[in-house]
Amino acid sequence: MQLPSILTPDFGLLFWMLLAFGIIFVLLWRYGFPIIIKMVEERKAYIDESLAKAREANEKLAHIQAESDAILREARDKQAAILREAMATKEAILSEAREKAQAEGHKILEEAKAQINAERENALNSLRGEVAGISVKVAEQLLLSQLQGPTAQEDYVERLLQQVEQEQA
Amino acid sequence: MIFSKSIMINKIRATLGLLTLWMALVPLQARASEASGEEGIDVKEMVLGHMSDAYEWHILTWNGHHVSIPLPVIVRGQDGSWHVFSSSRLAHGQSYEGFYIDAEQNGKVYERLPDGSSVKPLDFSFTKNVVQIWIVALVVLCVILGAARWYRHRKPSDDAPRGFVGLIEMFVMMIYDDVIKPGVGADKALRYAPLLLTAFFFIFVTNLFGLIPIFPGGANVTGNITITFCLAFIILLTVNLFGNKEYWKEIFWPEVPTWLKVPVPLMPVIELFGIFTKPFALMVRLFANMMGGHAIILSLVSVIFITCQLGAVLGASLSFVSFIMMIFMNALELLVAFIQAYVFTMLSAVFIGLAHPQHHHSK
Repeated sequence: MQLPSILTPDFGLLFWMLLAFGIIFVLLWRYGFPIIIKMVEERKAYIDESLAKAREANEKLAHIQAESDAILREARDKQAAILREAMATKEAILSEAREKAQAEGHKILEEAKAQINAERENALNSLRGEVAGISVKVAEQLLLSQLQGPTAQEDYVERLLQQVEQEQA
Repeated sequence: MIFSKSIMINKIRATLGLLTLWMALVPLQARASEASGEEGIDVKEMVLGHMSDAYEWHILTWNGHHVSIPLPVIVRGQDGSWHVFSSSRLAHGQSYEGFYIDAEQNGKVYERLPDGSSVKPLDFSFTKNVVQIWIVALVVLCVILGAARWYRHRKPSDDAPRGFVGLIEMFVMMIYDDVIKPGVGADKALRYAPLLLTAFFFIFVTNLFGLIPIFPGGANVTGNITITFCLAFIILLTVNLFGNKEYWKEIFWPEVPTWLKVPVPLMPVIELFGIFTKPFALMVRLFANMMGGHAIILSLVSVIFITCQLGAVLGASLSFVSFIMMIFMNALELLVAFIQAYVFTMLSAVFIGLAHPQHHHSK
């Protein structure tokens, strides 16, 4: 039994098939598939690289944001601290001034008191002198009025002498 | 593999359906042939005839007139001289310069010698299949080189291609990433990619052209054992010429118990046999699948002609059934055209990958 022609190897067809396949293989090998594959692989590498770069940039951006936040917070803290300090200083100055004023006032009061005392002393002293003078004068006038007459004077001398004698004894 | 299995199951189902139809029709056909005498249709002849290679490209027959494209016949006669002439000189059993087409010998050109005996000359004719191969080659070259041209003045940082070039790029990279890389291994993929991709696109485009029923297509190229033999032979050469030391060691001195290889080289013989069975499987798989698809579609077409001889009502109704099934089969064959090209490429990639084994000792 004869095989159908599609099952019978044919040398001529084999020759043409090998030739055609060989030609398209060589042409596609030189100018076809490797170019496409290489380009796609390179593009893939490029995309991967770009993604990595984007991720890195994002991270950097996040880092910068955090950093700026930190700086801002620090500045705010510093501002608060300065404000607090200023407030404290103000308080301190005020209280010091108040203290100083009080002390000054006190001192002035003391001085005034001392001066008043001194003035009073002076006044008392002068008053005492004047009173002594007046009393001497009064005593003089009194003596004068009592020693009027010859006996009175004699009596007085007598008494004085007696007094001296008593003292000598 | 799973794909092709399910396709095979579908094919078997379709064939079974067809067979039942056939059984119902056989008695009718017999009666019809009796009635019309010589007018009966020889389905086997018609199906095989349409699938066979030919010296002319038959387009249609109109009122008994054959409209076909004559193709050059190139033969080397017994005396060593080359003869080139148009196949139209051999039409209708004519003889030219001693050459004639022998219908008994698969319709091949034979030379009648002066002593009356006939011999087969060395035949390099530009047959229908050869023309179809060159049409496919031209199409594949235009498509791939046209797409590759796009990349010439572009950098990797440019936009990816769109439209047609994008489609081809997607196609090429799908085969490269999903078939070649896993099969051959990522380090050697680029080295074998041009061959495997050429095989894929050649088989795929040929299969598609085989589905077109008229001129630029229609030849049963991948369903011809010579073509699939050629493709499988190229893979056989690639696998064995570029196989590494470890591959040959595994063939002649595999790691099996010594008694399996020393007095009687049992395993080496089996392994050596395996060198040829693998490409043989490639050859037969592609051939059988494509031939089977063509045969089923052609048989369904025959149903129309057979039933129309039996009467208008039966003819019309069964033609409709056959038409629906033809649409289904063509859609299925479209799938098979891709799957067979895919499977051929995948198995070739695996065979090439197997020829580059790594040292087992490191495992």
